[in-house]
Amino acid sequence: MGDTPSTHDSSPADGDMTLGQRAAVDAVLALHRGRPGALLPILHGIQDALGWVPPAALPSIARALDLGRAEVHGVVSFYHHFRSTPPGRHVVRLCRAEACQALGARALEAHVKQVLGIDWHGTTADGALTLEPVYCLGNCGCGPSLLVDDDGLHARVTPASFDALVAELRR
Amino acid sequence: MSLPAASMPLRVYVSRDASALALGADATARAIEAVARERGIAIDLVRTGSRGMFWLEPLVEVEVATNGASTRIGYGPVAARDVAGLFDAGFTRAGAHPARVGPVESLDWLARQDRLCFARVGVTDPLGIADYVAHGGFRGLRNALAMAPADIVKVVIDSGLRGRGGAAFPTGLKWKTVLDAPVTQPAAGPQPSKYVVCNADEGDSGTFSDRMLMEGDPLCLVEGMTIAGIAVGATQGYIYLRSEYPHARRALDAAIANAYAAGWLGADIRGSGRRFDLEVRIGAGAYICGEETSLLDSLEGKRGQVRFKPPLPAIKGLFGRPTVVNNVISLASVPLILERGAAYYRDYGVGRSRGTLPIQLAGNLKRTGLVEKAFGVTLRELLYDWGGGSYSGRPIRAVQVGGPLGAYLPESQFDTPLDYEAFASIGAMLGHGGIVAFDDSVDMAEQARHAMEFCAVESCGKCTPCRIGSTRGVEVLDRLRAGIDRERQLALLEDLCTTMRHASLCALGGLTPDPVTSALKHFREDFGISTPRE
Ligand SMILES: Cc1cc2nc3c(=O)[nH]c(=O)nc-3n(C[C@H](O)[C@H](O)[C@H](O)COP(=O)(O)O)c2cc1C
Ligand code: FES
Repeated sequence: MGDTPSTHDSSPADGDMTLGQRAAVDAVLALHRGRPGALLPILHGIQDALGWVPPAALPSIARALDLGRAEVHGVVSFYHHFRSTPPGRHVVRLCRAEACQALGARALEAHVKQVLGIDWHGTTADGALTLEPVYCLGNCGCGPSLLVDDDGLHARVTPASFDALVAELRR
Repeated sequence: MSLPAASMPLRVYVSRDASALALGADATARAIEAVARERGIAIDLVRTGSRGMFWLEPLVEVEVATNGASTRIGYGPVAARDVAGLFDAGFTRAGAHPARVGPVESLDWLARQDRLCFARVGVTDPLGIADYVAHGGFRGLRNALAMAPADIVKVVIDSGLRGRGGAAFPTGLKWKTVLDAPVTQPAAGPQPSKYVVCNADEGDSGTFSDRMLMEGDPLCLVEGMTIAGIAVGATQGYIYLRSEYPHARRALDAAIANAYAAGWLGADIRGSGRRFDLEVRIGAGAYICGEETSLLDSLEGKRGQVRFKPPLPAIKGLFGRPTVVNNVISLASVPLILERGAAYYRDYGVGRSRGTLPIQLAGNLKRTGLVEKAFGVTLRELLYDWGGGSYSGRPIRAVQVGGPLGAYLPESQFDTPLDYEAFASIGAMLGHGGIVAFDDSVDMAEQARHAMEFCAVESCGKCTPCRIGSTRGVEVLDRLRAGIDRERQLALLEDLCTTMRHASLCALGGLTPDPVTSALKHFREDFGISTPRE
């Protein structure tokens, strides 16, 4: 969690991004760099475009905002939302918080991990799904809850309805 | 009951609230449009917020005219596959059907509430300025525009409104501090001299009132923030919205764009010469960013770490400027107070808890949803009269009020009235008004462990008691649950909790002991302890 930029640096450089990634990052930087408190909007913009925040993008973000690279890294790593590795084709965020626990979220969590054969932050072998924990989706009246990708909120999820959902997502 | 005039298309209402969508409201809405088209029935389908009766979602309402007045008749829950049958039953003329619940506003569940803040939610088109104004919108702001800032602040003070984000600090007093704060210009930084920041991080499990308000009546929040800006002399507002709320984000963005287009935001609000600009900023999945100083650091583009207080954000907040930070519900309560006056609001409630609280019924209850009620209603009334008992049909054993940092309450405390002071007196807190019920299958030692684990996952890392204490807490509870040297673990746990309570920088570490020690006190048998409680 160090905040001081290291002088000896073996982290990825700009050149490690594809042309498409490069273009997406540049577009996001051009759009947001002048805003007050621009770093979070920039990181969101990049993750919305690419699905993750490539470490190779950090040097140009740091340059654009006149920050140290380590400082940008410190921000990316602080927030659970930002990913530093590419996710699967779909991201499933499963609620682990109390109101969902009261409706069987723990048993559902065990089922999900077993069926997918992965733990938190893992991606299935076929690259279809990444599993992430979340603490409350604001659907606490109708749990257990999960969110697929950006806005696919599901209520009263059971092991059976989860299996059906996965089959659909894999199609 | 007569038909609406032939020229008027029939109005049908279906919610677009995230929970309603999760229960299938979009598919139901599409089916209604398809069947109506097929049968040549002209309908005007309005997508609203939710009435907050989740067991009835997707709820379909149809407007019928009765003796000149219009009434909305409800059917719910209505899945897409039920829609053709609904038409067959003549629902467009309020016909009989097993899912028919009758006039929605006469339902006991709604009729017994005091919907002040949520008056329009589930009723109106959330994004339409015209509908908003037709239902009383912008009257508070119109009044405020004609008042001196100090007078606006005085009305809010006199209303007795206390912050609904958890700490229950008097909203008007906070505004007064910002109004009176001198503006010292930092060397560099953006232009505005003061800010209004809406805390829409709503991280507590069991809470969703902010989300429902933002999706169901976002213009009310826009209006409340604008009034705050005019009251304290701030020209820029930010809504810090958690990333888990994509539906609320869309509603807010659209509502803000509509407000700008109609002149209710911007450089010259409705020709008053007053300026207020507003934008939404998205959080990034950190519970601690609901704490106001972490939130401000996050808005500035930093890691969301807690700041030392003083200085208060009201004196030195966003980018070093005096800043109002208020919860969504605090801000959305203000338009009505400015419209009807302080006394109107203050007349609701008990003791020092004035007005109403939008209560959220969550977890293992038959009828979950939103109950806005004057302070003073008891937990038992909420759990059984509104909630209908447990969803599973088993006895309710424990209730957590006030989010993950709130105490667990046993049945013997269910008669506690919802009142900040009454809750404090039993070592609990109302927080943001979330009530999570558990049936008798709950393992309270597991819940205690979860409280510690959550704190460990979400700690910002700045102070040791929270960061290390919670990790140790998980280990101790694991050993306790495994039955290893119980007496020793219990002593360790007591110690840890005392340290966290008194030495943490903010309430994350400071309050995490509450769910742990309340579980231990009231549910000793779950920790393998047979000794009677002290
Ligand atoms: C760990 C922690 C999390 C918090 N989360 C929230 C939150 O999600 N929403 C909120 O309005 N207040 C939250 N608060 C309270 C805020 O710090 C602050 O008191 C509140 O935003 C002030 O607004 P109000 O006076 O209108 O309640 C949290 C506090 C702590 C210590
Ligand atoms: S606790 Fe799972 S959605 Fe709120």
